[in-house]
Amino acid sequence: MLSRVADSLYWMSRYIERAENTSRLLDVNLQLMLDFEGLDDEAMTGHWLPIVSGSGDLDRFNELHGVADSRSVTEFLTFNPENPNSIIACINNARESARMVRDQISSEMWEVINNTYHKLRKLDADSIWDKGPCEFYEDIKRDSLLFQGLTESTFTHNQGYKFMQAGRLLERADQTSRIIDIKYHMLLPGPAGIGGTVDLAQWMAVLRGCSAFEAYHHRYVNEVQPWNVAEFLILCENFPRSIRFCVATLDYHLRSITLTGEGQFSNPAEQLSGRMRSELIYTSIEEIIQEGLHEYIDRLQQRLIHLNNAILECYVFQPEIDLSREIEQQQQQQQ
Amino acid sequence: MFDTYQTDGFFDEMFEAEGTPRKHYRRLFERYKDLSLDEFERKRAAVDLSFMRQGITFTVYNDNEGTERIFPFDLMPRIIPQSEWQHLVRGLEQRITALNLFVKDVYSDQRILKEGVIPAPYVLGARHFRREFMGFKVPKDIYIHICGTDLIRGADGEYLVLEDNARCPSGVSYMLENRQALKRAFPNFFSRMSVLPVKDYAGELLKVLRHIAPTGKERPTVAVLTPGVYNSAYFEHCFLARQMGLEIVEGRDLIVIDAKVFMRTTKGLHQVDVIYRRIDDDFLDPSVFRPDSMLGVPGIVNAYRAGNLSLANSIGTGIADDKVIYYFVPRMIKFYLDQEPILKSVETYLASEEPDKTYILENLDKLVVKSANEAGGYGMLMGPTATKEEIERFRFMIEDDPRNFIAQPPISLSRHPTWAGDGFEGRHIDFRPYILYGEKISIVPGGLTRVALNRGSLVVNSSQGGGSKDTWVLAGDE
Repeated sequence: MLSRVADSLYWMSRYIERAENTSRLLDVNLQLMLDFEGLDDEAMTGHWLPIVSGSGDLDRFNELHGVADSRSVTEFLTFNPENPNSIIACINNARESARMVRDQISSEMWEVINNTYHKLRKLDADSIWDKGPCEFYEDIKRDSLLFQGLTESTFTHNQGYKFMQAGRLLERADQTSRIIDIKYHMLLPGPAGIGGTVDLAQWMAVLRGCSAFEAYHHRYVNEVQPWNVAEFLILCENFPRSIRFCVATLDYHLRSITLTGEGQFSNPAEQLSGRMRSELIYTSIEEIIQEGLHEYIDRLQQRLIHLNNAILECYVFQPEIDLSREIEQQQQQQQ
Repeated sequence: MFDTYQTDGFFDEMFEAEGTPRKHYRRLFERYKDLSLDEFERKRAAVDLSFMRQGITFTVYNDNEGTERIFPFDLMPRIIPQSEWQHLVRGLEQRITALNLFVKDVYSDQRILKEGVIPAPYVLGARHFRREFMGFKVPKDIYIHICGTDLIRGADGEYLVLEDNARCPSGVSYMLENRQALKRAFPNFFSRMSVLPVKDYAGELLKVLRHIAPTGKERPTVAVLTPGVYNSAYFEHCFLARQMGLEIVEGRDLIVIDAKVFMRTTKGLHQVDVIYRRIDDDFLDPSVFRPDSMLGVPGIVNAYRAGNLSLANSIGTGIADDKVIYYFVPRMIKFYLDQEPILKSVETYLASEEPDKTYILENLDKLVVKSANEAGGYGMLMGPTATKEEIERFRFMIEDDPRNFIAQPPISLSRHPTWAGDGFEGRHIDFRPYILYGEKISIVPGGLTRVALNRGSLVVNSSQGGGSKDTWVLAGDE
């Protein structure tokens, strides 16, 4: 498989996953706001600002909007093409990548991306706000899931598929970690806030932001407990959006590219993914609490970045060619 | 649907007289005349939407962000009866054979120049003549593997050759997609029409590409070389690669080591044996041709010379679609094959011949002037409709560089009923069949019928208000 193709498949898949997660995050928080009708401006900002900083572009947001409220954050994270994590930017990038590999993916997969792209181009913040934004985010999520389903059932499960899975799982692990971290940054009303109604509502929103509400309740029969939520979303063995699950599956797909057995590695990317996977298996929530949830998440995100770089290093980057030197050499050979 | 349709004195493909369809159109006529305007409009909108969804688009760059447009598609197919098709096939086979012999000759013995059939300066001074390739032998002696020849019909309905595209003819994906679209729009319709299928094109093309692989390559690696996603024909490059199951590569995916071409893959370098390139000679290799080309691959020509790589089409075929050389094709057919041309050319005047030049300059307002090496309807003067300024500009350009211009009398292109928003009207059309030259010559029964959608317009190019139609070649004559 061409390196450029592997690169495009990887990013196409990552961007679609990112658009889906952003949609879910916004949807959940807009609904949460409905429960907190009486919030003053400060509380409102305290709620929305962490979501913006979770997407990593607070400076740009402040420059553009100033006040963080439902409307401005939604607009920034959905329609701002300059914000590289906005839904529209993700879909644009996913489609550009898909165009590069138009010949590799199935027509059905391409049509979903292309369709989402054209749909988004016709819309703006005003129009979705008028119709009720939930339906809109629902739609984006559905497109992403449709795309995944089509990948599963119309695309050969060969190397390209593995690169797509690697991209999707890495992104998903990263997004889950971000959603947990957002909760850490959200302000609570008053000192009695921890364990109070707002606190619990926010933790429930975290679960919903990972589509984990029902799954969580199957596991923990009792009401929502913060540390249980963190444990579930980081360490659960078989919930498909938990960080452990994502890393373990990612490790599996990476090794299957090189046909390397479990517990072994044949390149630096597999070494990193295998090590992360083992650590997640043998980590307890108590250790995470001891280290500090935010600190732990921070460290995890750093390692995901390293893993991303190692994958690209291994399969995609080739030594840059110096075109003018290359031309000179070829001309010498012609003489 | 056709009650008010008028042929206006043009040769009409469908109607031999007002209200009387030709016999190969009768079945279609019966089917279409009962359609309601609404139903037709609905089908048309559905087809447009489906092209957009599938991304069957070309990109127009006129603002910062490129706008994607669909190539407008007209739901009224053009029909060619079998006997007419047989005639075209014979003519095209004869023509491609002669053109290929010509390219081979001008890069080897140059008999046709030595014997004075074509004055040598026309060939040796042509912009697309590649003197670097004199004496170079290509696999199986085939130079032009894929040729798109544009045909038109004049007032009497006779087919004439307008030009040959012997470098990188495009548009074949529309031939295939248009058929798909029409089948979806009229699902119950095709089985009763005995239309010959076009879907074998990709398979035939792949056969050609394998046929020309360097000797000793039993299972050659074949790739399609594209300028990239920003090229307006990118959709087509992908489409063909996908249909043939080939890798599509950009220049940056390839590297030349020891006169061999390799792709950069996730498992290291992999050698490529045959390239179907959709990049013109000029941009193919910055170490040989244009040094500023970012699309090409330095050294690829070295690999080609060394016989480690085959290219389709070969380098230097541009000499065959030079519009001045066009003038000499009937002579080529006589010279190489000792035959009379089956398909006639359009009467042509060469500005570089003194008597012709005088005639051209005296009749600029009555002639169509074309520059020798432009495509896509650019660099053209339509005398009868041109402004004084345009005519004077061309007068100056012709005086300045006569070798670069030819002139032809305007042909009143045949017309075809075409949807005009609220009914059918006659619109001018042309036709580009695709000729493949491998172990044998094959022409898929069909091609791209382009239509000038603007009333009265004779320009069918997609960049200038043109659209396309599905082209049906029937198994019989009605």
